[in-house]
Amino acid sequence: MDPTPRDRAPGDETMPEAKREETLAGLQAYLIGLLFAAILTATSFWTATTSVLWSPGVATGLVVLAIAQMGVHLVFFLHITTGPDNTNNVLALAFGILIVGLVVIGSIWIMAHLNANMMPSGNLPNLQMQR
Amino acid sequence: MLGKLSWSAVPINEPIDMIASCLMILAIVGILIGITVKGHWPYLWREWLTSVDHKRIGVMYCLLAMVMLLRGFTDAIMMRAQQAFAVGGAQGYLPAEHYDQVFSAHGTIMIFFVAMPFIVGLMNFAVPLQLGVRDVAFPTLNSISLWLAASGALLVNISLVIGNFARTGWFAYPPLSELRFSPDVGVDYYLWALQISGVGTLLGGVNLVTTILKLRAPGMSYMRMPMFCWTALASNLLIVAAFPVLTAAFAMLLLDRYLGFHFFTVGHGGNMMMYVNLFWVWGHPEVYILILPPFGVFSEVTATFSGKPLFGYRSMVAATLAICVLSFMVWLHHFFTMGAGANVNAVFGIVSMVIAVPTGVKIFNWLFTMYGGRVRFAVPILWTIGFMITFAIGGATGVLLAIPPVDFIVHDTVFLIAHFHNVIIAGVLFGAFAGYNYWFPKAFGFTLDEGWGKAAFWCWLIGFYLAFMPLYWLGLEGMPRRMQHYQEVGWQPWLMVAGAGAVVILAGIACQIIQLAVSIRTRDRRRDTTGDPWNGRTLEWATPSPPPMWNFAELPQVEGEDAFWQMKQLARDGKLRAAVPPAYRAIEMPKNSPTGFITAFFAVVTGFALIWHIWWMAGLGLLGAFATTLVFAWRDVAEAEIPAEVVAQFYEAHPVETLR
Repeated sequence: MDPTPRDRAPGDETMPEAKREETLAGLQAYLIGLLFAAILTATSFWTATTSVLWSPGVATGLVVLAIAQMGVHLVFFLHITTGPDNTNNVLALAFGILIVGLVVIGSIWIMAHLNANMMPSGNLPNLQMQR
Repeated sequence: MLGKLSWSAVPINEPIDMIASCLMILAIVGILIGITVKGHWPYLWREWLTSVDHKRIGVMYCLLAMVMLLRGFTDAIMMRAQQAFAVGGAQGYLPAEHYDQVFSAHGTIMIFFVAMPFIVGLMNFAVPLQLGVRDVAFPTLNSISLWLAASGALLVNISLVIGNFARTGWFAYPPLSELRFSPDVGVDYYLWALQISGVGTLLGGVNLVTTILKLRAPGMSYMRMPMFCWTALASNLLIVAAFPVLTAAFAMLLLDRYLGFHFFTVGHGGNMMMYVNLFWVWGHPEVYILILPPFGVFSEVTATFSGKPLFGYRSMVAATLAICVLSFMVWLHHFFTMGAGANVNAVFGIVSMVIAVPTGVKIFNWLFTMYGGRVRFAVPILWTIGFMITFAIGGATGVLLAIPPVDFIVHDTVFLIAHFHNVIIAGVLFGAFAGYNYWFPKAFGFTLDEGWGKAAFWCWLIGFYLAFMPLYWLGLEGMPRRMQHYQEVGWQPWLMVAGAGAVVILAGIACQIIQLAVSIRTRDRRRDTTGDPWNGRTLEWATPSPPPMWNFAELPQVEGEDAFWQMKQLARDGKLRAAVPPAYRAIEMPKNSPTGFITAFFAVVTGFALIWHIWWMAGLGLLGAFATTLVFAWRDVAEAEIPAEVVAQFYEAHPVETLR
């Protein structure tokens, strides 16, 4: 533990940046990230507008590109690395993915059931149309 | 010019509404005049309204909760009175329209403006002190959170005077809450009040998570954190994960209502079940957001008043984190009967039963902490024991309700009402009261009166059993919830008993008000000069009561669990290094800022304008809030230095034995 007393107010902005991992923090990293992100975005548009991919596969291709895009953002813009001072960020990301996974998968499963059991089918008279 | 707003919005023809509104306005005007006459405004503005000190923000949160508890309880006792008499030919005194508003307002207020501010206030007050640091990570953001919560509460109360509140129940399910079926402003009041206070809650959650992860005293590793900090961490993680879902669901409902979208409408491809799903994706974590911090309070109280370390600290941490994750896997049990098939119901039913296991672990840990200890029966531990017994009953009925076939029989009956009041009153509220009695001397420097505190506890406990045990029985008899009137004469005696229970609880609230008044009047006799009135174990007791703005002149060195207890042991054995002559250094603290108060003012303006469709005013409000933020962002000086002499003077006036 740091033996020097930390006589600084919480939220102090003049904190020295010495301990920060410098490897990815520089301007260069942002530029590389921007390049990757731009390439992935352009590829997505291109995939959607040409017929290079087999048309039923376009959606899958877009999902893959979107996930790659998320990865680029996490690494280059949000600085998720494997460094030792990054444990909190990695854990937060893992918690977030777990919760989002639970909620999305659970919702799809539940809503599929509710749709099958509860939604009025075409055979029934439409009970109450809303404007 | 004024949108939908006109004089007809003031409910002149409804005597109960008008009387309540007039009383509320008179009380507020009276308080404001009193403050003005006594010339307290400069003091209030400087020391409280613009304060970014986590302790004062915590106190103000708790005060908000207590005031709103009075409002929410008024709604409760009105419902009990109505149900005690409105049987057969008697219609009671509340018309159905009004009764629907009362139960909607009761639920909304009690969850969002009593339970939430109370636990957030306790966390704000105690967590930084227990971690041994000087403030939360983002002090001004903290002030913004508080005032946004107060804005939401203000909007709910404005609905009493101007317009009306939702008549949809506290969860506002569509299609009832859609424009077609609720064309007036009630649902808009509900939605905007909760959107505004929800932003505050989310910001507060981010703030406390950051504080606990990033700011701790030297040596305070995760496994040395007091239990309350762990439960606060879990609760705030849940806030950060769950509240955006609620905000999104409400935003979609708002788009439906304001811009003619069809997310949840009956026709045009809308799906109202998606709202139910999203609401409870937030709603179930929400109940654990509410109950986890009180679990932490009970842990601290049990250990302190038993004079023993908490039994099974590690299992307690594990149970807390298990609840944190499991709470996101049970939300369907709030709508078992709404059309999910057997497989879905079975899975969510089983997980709902599984989540009772870590809670059971906690109960046994508290019992074993008390076992073999020399328990001092002060007020906080009374609330704790009352909680353990009562909550176990609530947990058992919860496991019953988690069985889908049982739920099909008793869902939407007063059995469910009894169950969730059993866990929320006996869990959250008892925990809040235990924390209030426990930390009050720390916050104000004098203890609360024991006699009136005990009277309040017994009234609440007996009143609770009288008010809700009959509802379990009536629920099994098949009485639906939310009845403004019923034909079944056999139910009336039970509802009379429940009404009597509400009166006993009223006596409990009266005792609490008297307790506060008596304690303030006799404060000179009950001063806490040691900073440690309960022989505590954690770091908040290592600083004088009330703590100075900077909490600790020098951040304490933490060597193990129960840091302050260890220091006291070392000091008793003469092993603590002598602190004389202490060399005080100047301390930098964040400067007070009116940003939170002004932003919240503009938030109220915006919310009110959006509710009444006064578009120019909504624009002005948003602009004002944005400008306030800009001014804050461009500030030159964010911190003020407290000179070493001031620090030294403070400690000369407030000597503390073991640590400075």
